[in-house]
Amino acid sequence: MAGNVGWWGLLASLLLVVVAVGISRRYGLGLELAMVGASARAVVQLVVVGAALGLVIDDGRSIVWSWLWVAGIVLVASWIVRRRAPELPGVFGVALVAKVVTTAIAAGLIFGLDIFPLESRTLIPVMGMTLGNALTSTVVAATLLVREVSDRRDDVEARLALGLPWQAAMRPHQRDILRAAIGPQVERTRHVGTVFLPGAMVGLVLAGVDPLDAVLVQGALMFVILGGVATSTAAITLGASRRLFTPDHRLRPLVRSVGTAPEDMLLERVLGVLRRRWRSAEEPET
Amino acid sequence: MTVPAVEMVGVALRRGDRAVLQDVDLSVPGHGITVLVGPSGAGKPSLLRLMNRLEAPETGTVRVLGEDVATRDPLALRRQVGMVFQRPIPFAGSVRDNLRVAVPGAGDEELDDVLRRAGLDGTFLDREATRLSGGEAQRMCLARTLAAGPSVLLMDEPTSALDADAGSVVERTGRALADAGVPLVWVTHDRVQAARIADHVVRLAEGRVVACGPPAIVLSAADDGAAHGR
Repeated sequence: MAGNVGWWGLLASLLLVVVAVGISRRYGLGLELAMVGASARAVVQLVVVGAALGLVIDDGRSIVWSWLWVAGIVLVASWIVRRRAPELPGVFGVALVAKVVTTAIAAGLIFGLDIFPLESRTLIPVMGMTLGNALTSTVVAATLLVREVSDRRDDVEARLALGLPWQAAMRPHQRDILRAAIGPQVERTRHVGTVFLPGAMVGLVLAGVDPLDAVLVQGALMFVILGGVATSTAAITLGASRRLFTPDHRLRPLVRSVGTAPEDMLLERVLGVLRRRWRSAEEPET
Repeated sequence: MTVPAVEMVGVALRRGDRAVLQDVDLSVPGHGITVLVGPSGAGKPSLLRLMNRLEAPETGTVRVLGEDVATRDPLALRRQVGMVFQRPIPFAGSVRDNLRVAVPGAGDEELDDVLRRAGLDGTFLDREATRLSGGEAQRMCLARTLAAGPSVLLMDEPTSALDADAGSVVERTGRALADAGVPLVWVTHDRVQAARIADHVVRLAEGRVVACGPPAIVLSAADDGAAHGR
């Protein structure tokens, strides 16, 4: 089959990692270990995910397992946003809502309009691609929001001091953030097929599917991804902005605030219990 | 007797572990220019920020024109208590766009009037706000604050980033506003400026009010304190 790479093919493709490592050494970038580590980690993760996917999308398996998988992606994506922007109060909860809304809209459109049949084999890859692309833009939006309110705090407070509500004081900043976070996805959509051949289409063509059929699949996915990126990014930018202000429209001091919002405290407690159990399981019995 | 512009009773403010203001009792007269003086770290800008509720006190009461700010609509309060910041903060867009942030839909005649009160004129309306000189930008920011029609004006070292000429224009504008019945609270490090513009002086040190009264008495007491190493 055209798309059958095999272990040898995968190893051969690692030669390009060697080239990247060579460039890093030549220019003293100091990225050699990071490149090797990231490549090794990617292989291990993909093998584990592939094996797990094989179990979940097995023909006889209930689709509930696939929905649980999607729920896992939503949780991990929200956790990553929280890790990247810990200064935003309650950002885990905001990210969770953003991801759930994105999932609901994307799944509703794709499966409700019967673009793809609702089955395990389609659910996980389609939602994975949508949420994966949305993750990049939400992380960018969350980190830019932190930067805006720390670097341009004066501008926000000057607007508040004129009697503007926080929504109006933040609007120019939110506009900049949304442009920067959604812009790359718009650019990818604009240049698809000319400069950039998207992953799903390449995968299908490599697997021997007719290119025109691959284009139709990719087109549908691309529009869902663009919608998912815009929805998710807008939800996190607007939701997290709101948490930065008090009810009387004062801009809160921006500090590492993980652990102060109720959902953060709940999450910290759950993680604390898990850590303690993990440690007690690791300790040898006496 | 006029209602005090601002009153504070038992006000304390903390940032993290640090006490910024402690047991502040203060009365700012409802007329003239009240100057806040004191060394760096005394808490002068924080005091201003409490007056228009950009910050809230940990304890104590802040009253503006007789009303407790904690019970007021904060947006209406901030339009009533305008604030000019130390560093000019022009927003993106033209001077007209900037002024219309404070008064959406205002006509050019109204904007020209407000620019004149701040020492500029209508020829500035189409200028890009971020390309104004430091002095022009600060006067544009003053005009933007005046456009909201404040009853009390807070000025946080408004001339510290300006040259002497631009600084004296802002001082004259402040005096004209005070004479027109808008009480001003003006923060400065500059003792000479304080003596020049103040009708009343409040001296702060380490987050507390240590003296208040007529400039001749408060500023000379401060000079005596400095001379005696206090």
